[in-house]
Amino acid sequence: MIAFFVKRFFQAVVVMFVISLISFSIQDNLGDPLRELVGQAVSEEERQALRDEMGLNDPFLVQYVRFAKKAVQGDLGDSYFFKKPAFEVIMNKLPATLELVFGATVIIILFSVPVGVYSAINPQSWFSKTVMGLSIIGISIPVFLTAIGLIYLFAIELNWLPSYGRGETSTVMGWETGLLTVDGLQHLILPSCTLASIMLPLFIRLIRSEMMEVLQSEYVKFAWAKGISPRRIYFVHALKNTMLPVITVGGVQIGTMVAYTILTETVFQWPGMGFLFLEAVNRVDTPLIVAYLIVVGAIFVVTNTLVDLIYGLVNPTVKLAGK
Amino acid sequence: MKKTALLFAGAALALNIASVQAATLRMAYDADPVSLDPYEQLSGGTLQLSHMTYDPLVRWDRNLGFEARLAEKWERIDENTMRFHLRKGVKFHSGNELSTKDVVFTFHRLQDSPDFKGVFAPFKAINVIDDYTFDLVTEKPFPLILNNMTYLFPMDSVFFSGEDANGKPKDLLVKHGDSFASRTISGTGPYTVSYREQGVRVEFERNADYWDKKSPGNVDKIVFTPIKEAPTRVAALLAGDVDFIAPVPPTDHERIKSNDNVDLVTMGGTRIITFQMNQERNAAFKDVRVRKAINYAINQEGIVKKIMKGFATPGAQFSPQGYLGHNPALVPRYDLKKAKELMKEAGYSEGFSATMMAPNNRYVNDEKIAQAVVSMLAKINIKIDLKTVPKAQYWPAFDERAADMMMIGWHSDTEDTNNFFEFLSACANKDTGAGQYNSGNYCNPEVDAMMAEANAITDPEKRASIMQAMEKAVYDDAGFVPLHWQNLSWGARKGVDIESIVNVQNFPYIGDLVIEE
Repeated sequence: MIAFFVKRFFQAVVVMFVISLISFSIQDNLGDPLRELVGQAVSEEERQALRDEMGLNDPFLVQYVRFAKKAVQGDLGDSYFFKKPAFEVIMNKLPATLELVFGATVIIILFSVPVGVYSAINPQSWFSKTVMGLSIIGISIPVFLTAIGLIYLFAIELNWLPSYGRGETSTVMGWETGLLTVDGLQHLILPSCTLASIMLPLFIRLIRSEMMEVLQSEYVKFAWAKGISPRRIYFVHALKNTMLPVITVGGVQIGTMVAYTILTETVFQWPGMGFLFLEAVNRVDTPLIVAYLIVVGAIFVVTNTLVDLIYGLVNPTVKLAGK
Repeated sequence: MKKTALLFAGAALALNIASVQAATLRMAYDADPVSLDPYEQLSGGTLQLSHMTYDPLVRWDRNLGFEARLAEKWERIDENTMRFHLRKGVKFHSGNELSTKDVVFTFHRLQDSPDFKGVFAPFKAINVIDDYTFDLVTEKPFPLILNNMTYLFPMDSVFFSGEDANGKPKDLLVKHGDSFASRTISGTGPYTVSYREQGVRVEFERNADYWDKKSPGNVDKIVFTPIKEAPTRVAALLAGDVDFIAPVPPTDHERIKSNDNVDLVTMGGTRIITFQMNQERNAAFKDVRVRKAINYAINQEGIVKKIMKGFATPGAQFSPQGYLGHNPALVPRYDLKKAKELMKEAGYSEGFSATMMAPNNRYVNDEKIAQAVVSMLAKINIKIDLKTVPKAQYWPAFDERAADMMMIGWHSDTEDTNNFFEFLSACANKDTGAGQYNSGNYCNPEVDAMMAEANAITDPEKRASIMQAMEKAVYDDAGFVPLHWQNLSWGARKGVDIESIVNVQNFPYIGDLVIEE
């Protein structure tokens, strides 16, 4: 177990090193940060003087070494726009994004498991066929359109739910949360549904096909022959084995979902780190971009590690650290 | 018992009246100000904030005239000197009283600010006469003193002196990194900032001691939210989640107009969108007939109608209507036949190829406009290779003059005609900074001479005739391709009377906003 963690830790370090190097080397192609800092009429000399002052005219290696030296001490540089340490800015926005991902995950689990299981057991029913048809449409509609459609229907026409933002938040043990107020929960509904709409069809289909396969297997047939109750067969024998690949895919997809938050958060003006990243790219706020990529890299490593741990719990035949 | 009930009813009534008079405004713009320091960045967002929390010496009225604010009156003493008299009894948010020392303090800050020093370069000195009188001295007669004074928002010199908790001067002005002035305000303006989370929300509260007792404004609390995506911003207004939004994208105008609960207010703007033709990169552009042919081939009216949905004013010169230099005789000259003739005359009936660059997220519909121009130029056999990039990458490319034709939009910081010529059409000169954005390398020494002349006389009529002649000269030279002036738009809930506070500079005077319930 310890060997597993040590290995993972070194993997994480390598991943982050590579990410920092790549994001650092693309920053020159993103544009000129000075242009976003000064007005249009500011003279070329004035801008060059500022570039010198900020060290932007130094050679690539000099800049990278300066960054890396600070980075190993946990300092990822200051955001040009927020004028605060980039890491701190991202951490301030992290709760909003995690709550959004959490909301979407809850929706996905609540819907995909029962619907997937039902349509695997009754593949020929009209409900299953409708769900399958809808899921094809669901996968192919762009997130942006889903979001605008939801806003139009529920915020403008029906006026049931707020159209943008995070609403009222409260702070619990340093964590700014929108989950504890009615207003905050109302604000969470539309963005979570939008984010869930990307993954929900995928998971319904995955659970359905896995479950159908499991239902054909020898041990399920044997269980039927033994006369075990259908409930037990479906939910204990079959579902548990169905969930193995679902967890693996789910772990990877949570990472992908973090990426999709960029679009969802932008449409809903959700004050999370996805929106922050898009804005940072527009403003060429390079320290913030680099820090974001490193943090997201870390999230990927952590979720994958957690998935492997859970996998071990669900399937005892899996050994984590080789021998 | 009855008495108590009556008392309660009375109290409720009193409360009710109070709540009718004092209103909260929830406003959404596409971005929030980068800093609370009024002189960190010369941008629309910063100026909007400055007008809410500070007051300028003078401000623009609706007809591009001047309205006295912290300067009560002013007079010209001699050719190079203007005397200003400050309003008495004006208090900063901190409680300190405004006097000339604050103006001097702010003036020096302006001269140190990378963004504003250009605007304030013509001033030689500021001389204090007494606590409420000072003289501004220029090198030579300078016509735009009042224009520039709209940028002077006196800051509280007592409040901003000394050092902050980090041991840095409180008035330190930095473009990057943290400073006391970038997160603290002490102005004379109608509002104070009570809460700010950058990129998420800014809350303002009415300054109870605001000096302008005549201001009709009844908004005592403002919640300012940036909403980046235009469809979401419009949706928030339509859903009743905000009261006031800007800008409104042209595609949503009809939707807002047809809704009974919201109003759309539009106004002709002052930002001209143009293409420049680089004579050094492409030899064909050296020929005035080719440049003219391009001007004749481009249908400005068509672009405004089809792409801008009527939300722009087609133009054939730099100066929009209302500017001194606006020459009413110059109108768009779309004439395809004439364009073809000119190309033939110039020996280019077979056409030629050229490269073009435009941003794709800087101006309204910038990419579509560029594509339309490409197809219009194809009709006179000019084959354009178009590349559009995000603004962040566009400006470095513009500095390199990376294509034969480049798009640029310009708003005059001084609201004066000469500013366009100084930056966009003056003969490029690295030492003086003239023609900094003249990627076409167009150069007409006569126009430059007139520009210098217009910069040193103060008689408005004389200036107008000179600057109108400059517009005519550049028009005849076809020095660049003018397209249109972008219009301005604001949307608001019914009852929010934005019509009377918006202006062509696009910083609504929210201190004077009246909300009727």
